[in-house]
Amino acid sequence: MSGYVIPVVMTVVIAFIASALLTLAAKFMSVPVDETAVAIRNQLPGANCGACGFAGCDDYAAALAADPDGVKTNLCVPGADGVAAAIAAILGQEALDVIEQVANVRCSGDCNATKTEMDYQGLKTCAAVKNFFGGPGACKYGCIGFGDCERACPYGAIQVCNGLARVNREVCVGCGMCASVCPQKIIDIIADVKRVHVGCNSADKGKDTTKACSAGCIGCKLCEKECKFDAIHVINNHAVIDPDKCKNCGLCAKKCPKKVIHVFPKPNVKPFVKVDEAAS
Amino acid sequence: MSSGKHLKGVHVNHSKNTAGMPIIPMPVPERVYIPMSMHIGAPCQPVVAKGDHVKVGQLIGDCDKPVSAPIHSSVSGDVESIEQFMTQNGRVDTNIVIKTDGKQEIAETVVPPVINSREDFIKAVRASGLVGLGGASFPMSIKYNTKPGQVDTLILNGAECEPYITVDHAAMLAYAQDMVDGMRTIMKWLDIPRGIIGIESNKPDAIAKFNEILAGSTDISVCTLRQVYPQGAERVIIYECTGRHLIAGKLPADVGCIVSNVTSVLKLQQFLTTGMPLTTKFLTVDGNIVAKPQNVEVPIGTMICDLIEHCGGLTGEVKKILLGGPMMGRAIPRDDFAILKSNNAVLCFDEKFAAQRKETACINCGRCVAGCPMNLMPARLSRAFKDKDIDALREYNVMSCMDCGCCAYSCPARKQLNFEIKQAKTLVMEDDKKKKAKAEAAAAKEAAKAAEAEAAKAAAEAKEGGNK
Repeated sequence: MSGYVIPVVMTVVIAFIASALLTLAAKFMSVPVDETAVAIRNQLPGANCGACGFAGCDDYAAALAADPDGVKTNLCVPGADGVAAAIAAILGQEALDVIEQVANVRCSGDCNATKTEMDYQGLKTCAAVKNFFGGPGACKYGCIGFGDCERACPYGAIQVCNGLARVNREVCVGCGMCASVCPQKIIDIIADVKRVHVGCNSADKGKDTTKACSAGCIGCKLCEKECKFDAIHVINNHAVIDPDKCKNCGLCAKKCPKKVIHVFPKPNVKPFVKVDEAAS
Repeated sequence: MSSGKHLKGVHVNHSKNTAGMPIIPMPVPERVYIPMSMHIGAPCQPVVAKGDHVKVGQLIGDCDKPVSAPIHSSVSGDVESIEQFMTQNGRVDTNIVIKTDGKQEIAETVVPPVINSREDFIKAVRASGLVGLGGASFPMSIKYNTKPGQVDTLILNGAECEPYITVDHAAMLAYAQDMVDGMRTIMKWLDIPRGIIGIESNKPDAIAKFNEILAGSTDISVCTLRQVYPQGAERVIIYECTGRHLIAGKLPADVGCIVSNVTSVLKLQQFLTTGMPLTTKFLTVDGNIVAKPQNVEVPIGTMICDLIEHCGGLTGEVKKILLGGPMMGRAIPRDDFAILKSNNAVLCFDEKFAAQRKETACINCGRCVAGCPMNLMPARLSRAFKDKDIDALREYNVMSCMDCGCCAYSCPARKQLNFEIKQAKTLVMEDDKKKKAKAEAAAAKEAAKAAEAEAAKAAAEAKEGGNK
């Protein structure tokens, strides 16, 4: 029996000493934590997408806590208005509106539209094939379709269908990860309220574009003449819309002979022309 | 020469079907298309205009930037147009289209250069328009412009380790004396005491020929290389011939060597004696569907389709056209590209040879590691690349890779390791660039801050002085 007493007593004594040391260490060596930063961090979505311009959510939270007046509270695009309001509440500021953004692919050339020039056997990533004659497609400006954007998207909002990257605008939060990896630089991050977009990026002349792809802008300038707000211009052989001037009227899209100007319907509103009817 | 140790490599099937065939000049085609960027560095600007009459050897493109090589007409005829279109490099480039007249008149400017000093020699090398003909297309005048005393060995690269290609072998047999003379000229003007000719042991006749010419001479020796791919790679041949290690990011001159391809030295010697700059290229045309595989001398700018036609056309449906050997050569999607200075072979294959087997999972067998001449771990690099782990890529020394393709060749899972490592290298280089830009921005900010503080201090002092 006595054999147990000494070890038990020793262990208890050591435990007490250790706990005392730990308590003291925790008191004297503690790193001050900014409670505000922790609170803000808890509100952020944690996607670490970098859309705010900081290196991840922790960095943004720390920057906000350190400089509440200098750093804006509405920079978190994925979090949208809800997060911006929560952050503003924590910092005791007035809530700012977040401009919802969305990715848009400036290409309409899927496998049916764009001609294929080669049977590519190499590494199937856009970045790799970009250095190999600009990709297997005949058009050297459009979507390559090996899905670098799809792999980069943390939300599964962009997918390659039939050789063309397409954005699900319901899911996309506009973080811009896809745009940063696209070697063709054809993904724009634009305000969600803009609904008219040109789906072509070809800098070739109209004749060459038509040779390569049936869904390419030929630079005919009909859209330019049709626009009442001076918002669309043919620059570098394809139409480009100035988002500040565009009023979403969609007249250019109706006039476009190649149907490369797309009008996305308003969310929760039935499209004016049914898609099926338009197709048939 | 070497310390008895050898760098690793793989044993490839030589398939040298055209071995022993002499180099036959090809008749000039109807049109040649000469691009303005055939070298590493700044592209040239055309110095002729549409409608001009040009002769063989006439300067048609030049550039005042240091890293470049002038471009000469390979035919006589009229400049039909100057157009922009894609060349075999996959870049859109300015091309001079010349309609040939078949007379092949030689330009008046083709006279042997007068050389009295080292500077004259470097100038002459530049005027010859020569670039590294082994495939790197690095301007030769830059390569030879080393610091005096920096280089002690000139290595002539006659390894030709790539399968199928035999054109260097044929050139060595035909012009061995000119090559030795060329080496002596280079060694004289650049003050290099030692010359080594590296030839793979599968070319015993070439080795015997050089030994015969060099009998009794002490300045140049022949180094017989093993039959292991890639003996012809710059870093490998330097190690095999001298025992020196050339690490990534260094130039051969940093370890006291200059490596030149056999045809580069031959063309230089021909320029120094006749004044004819680089206008033709020796090529092997081979592949299982080429009707008459052969070694040909082709005017630069000839379309590949014209060349294939000259070699009897194709006997089957072409599935893959390679420029260069099957290990490091580049596949091209069409056959209407012009031959450039750096090409040394055109290989055409049908479905049977071009088919690629399905990729399977890595089984960690380590054959890629056993095959890598640079002692890298390709499987690890591939994994780090997939994870976009740039720190790991640096730790595994990805920049040492020289794209020889031994890893992919030996991989039983048919993984495209060399392709992935190539991408990984661009990833690391981009990261380096980003870091550099960041550091520069930070330094600029710091400098601006310091200047501001200085100005404030000066203003305060001036104020104080005024108060006094």
